[in-house]
Amino acid sequence: MSAARRPRIGDGPLFRAGLLAAVLLVTALVIGGPLVVIFVEALKLGWGAYFANLTTPDTRHAIWLTVATALIAVPINVAFGIAAAWAIAKFEFRGKGLLTALVELPFSISPIVAGVAYLFVYGAQGWFGPTLDALGIKVMFAYPAIVLASLFVTAPFVAREILPLMQAQGSSEEEAALSLGASGWRTLWSVTLPNIRWALLYGAVLTNARVMGEFGAVSVVSGSIRGVTNTLPLQIELLYQDYNAAGAFAAATVLAGIALLTILAKLIVERFSSRDA
Amino acid sequence: MAAITRRAALAVGIAFAAFAAPASAAEPDTILNATYDIGRELYADLNKVFVTEWKAKTGKDVTVNQSHAGTSKQARSIVEGLDADVVTFNQELDVQFLADKGFVAADWKTKFPNGASPYYSLPSFVVRAGNPKNVKNWDDLVRDDVKVVFPNPKTSGNARYTYLAAYAFALKTYDGDEAKADAFVKKLLANVPVFDTGGRGATTTFIERGIGDVLVTFEAETAAVKKEYGSDKVDLVTPAVSLLADFPVAVVDKVAAKRGSEAIAKGYLEWLYSPKAQEIIAAFNNRPRDPKVLEATAAQFPKVELLTVDAAFGGWKKANEVHFASGGKLDQLFVGR
Repeated sequence: MSAARRPRIGDGPLFRAGLLAAVLLVTALVIGGPLVVIFVEALKLGWGAYFANLTTPDTRHAIWLTVATALIAVPINVAFGIAAAWAIAKFEFRGKGLLTALVELPFSISPIVAGVAYLFVYGAQGWFGPTLDALGIKVMFAYPAIVLASLFVTAPFVAREILPLMQAQGSSEEEAALSLGASGWRTLWSVTLPNIRWALLYGAVLTNARVMGEFGAVSVVSGSIRGVTNTLPLQIELLYQDYNAAGAFAAATVLAGIALLTILAKLIVERFSSRDA
Repeated sequence: MAAITRRAALAVGIAFAAFAAPASAAEPDTILNATYDIGRELYADLNKVFVTEWKAKTGKDVTVNQSHAGTSKQARSIVEGLDADVVTFNQELDVQFLADKGFVAADWKTKFPNGASPYYSLPSFVVRAGNPKNVKNWDDLVRDDVKVVFPNPKTSGNARYTYLAAYAFALKTYDGDEAKADAFVKKLLANVPVFDTGGRGATTTFIERGIGDVLVTFEAETAAVKKEYGSDKVDLVTPAVSLLADFPVAVVDKVAAKRGSEAIAKGYLEWLYSPKAQEIIAAFNNRPRDPKVLEATAAQFPKVELLTVDAAFGGWKKANEVHFASGGKLDQLFVGR
């Protein structure tokens, strides 16, 4: 029997239909169902109650705080991601493998471990705690801690998106630009960034979604002061623990909305990037 | 590239400077109350009234901020720098932890009346509407035809009270015979089909998943469960005997001294004993200490014989060592599950 005549996986129409049905079923059960439940539960008591729940001072503050965190964390990690990917893709140096591994470390570390680690570095009993305290700078259990924890968790996102692209493109275009007399900045703005813009944008969108949704690391370092350091995910947990399911689901629709917008942004970006290619 | 990182570093620096706490010795106009992770609405209501009464009494405006989490996490956070002026916990051991670390006075229990516990509660039962299994007391929970739901005593302070209440009940029933008490609690643990990590998870298991005949949780919680899910679904049963659950409070002296908030912090905790505060506390189904409020709300709280951790187990420290430490009694009774 020759290998060429053996049917490939997915050749049989029955098999193909079964596979498709299985994927659809799992998607519906694992993703679709919960998503529908969020909106159904949030609107169970009507639109009036929904908006009343969304506009309680604590929930409003949580939304604001989450946005404020993203406004700082996303630009920093975009800059960091470009720098890291640039260094890894365009240069040869000792310890490159180590740098790559370090950049990706947050992917493999549980966020709660990251939060506790920050506590041991910046907490009152930690390495820098006494110094920061003496200077009157409050890092832990305040806004800076939330930003720091978010930065850690989302550090790899941008680099991961643009690195494969940069590596595939190589550094010949940059070398050409430099040999024509362009400065390093000019090369970055006119050559490198245009080449990676869609991957970069997608990385930023992913970073934003994760910053806004991060629970574990932020939960350890925020102090959970409602109306002060409670981010949206923490506020949702607070409301749920309080037997205020409607309030919790109303707040959850904001995060679910952000997730849906992220998917939409992803689709648009993918369309543009394939058109460019 | 260097310019970008320098600019980023500058941005971080500015962000930090903007949120740096100004060092001031003047009395602050906010205090932070670090409390447990359930019944947040209680403190939301209490704080509102305190703010107006404090203004009337002293002419000063004050805001009470609330932090909510498991009290072990809260105690840990305070030691790591969470600037809580007062703690209102549901676990004595966690206040003691702060006292051992020098954040709370060693004699914190004598600083406020009733052992520094302005209200109390007890493990109580939620059953299916109409109480079809006729569950009345702790010995009903070890029947073969009854399934019980409460969280894992390893991870939940709430469940530790349930465990100790059952153990204290058995000790009382069998005249202090520890072997029989062990067997009783072992049977009870065997009757629990699912151990969730916390009280809220156990409620979800009982209500949404429809598992079990009895949910055991604090009396204060049982009312919230009934309010959220309706009296057509559940009924509340208070056992004839249960275990006193204190809600200890303390001023975090180290933080209060640093912030200059001693007067407000002390005033806030003292106010929790006032008739007005006690009424709000009772409205959330916590049992009040004030004799007059207790009398006025007698219909709400069925008579119950309350055992104490001190009398039954020789205090929390000892109970913790004997029952909850690694390899302790709980671990032994859990074996075979």
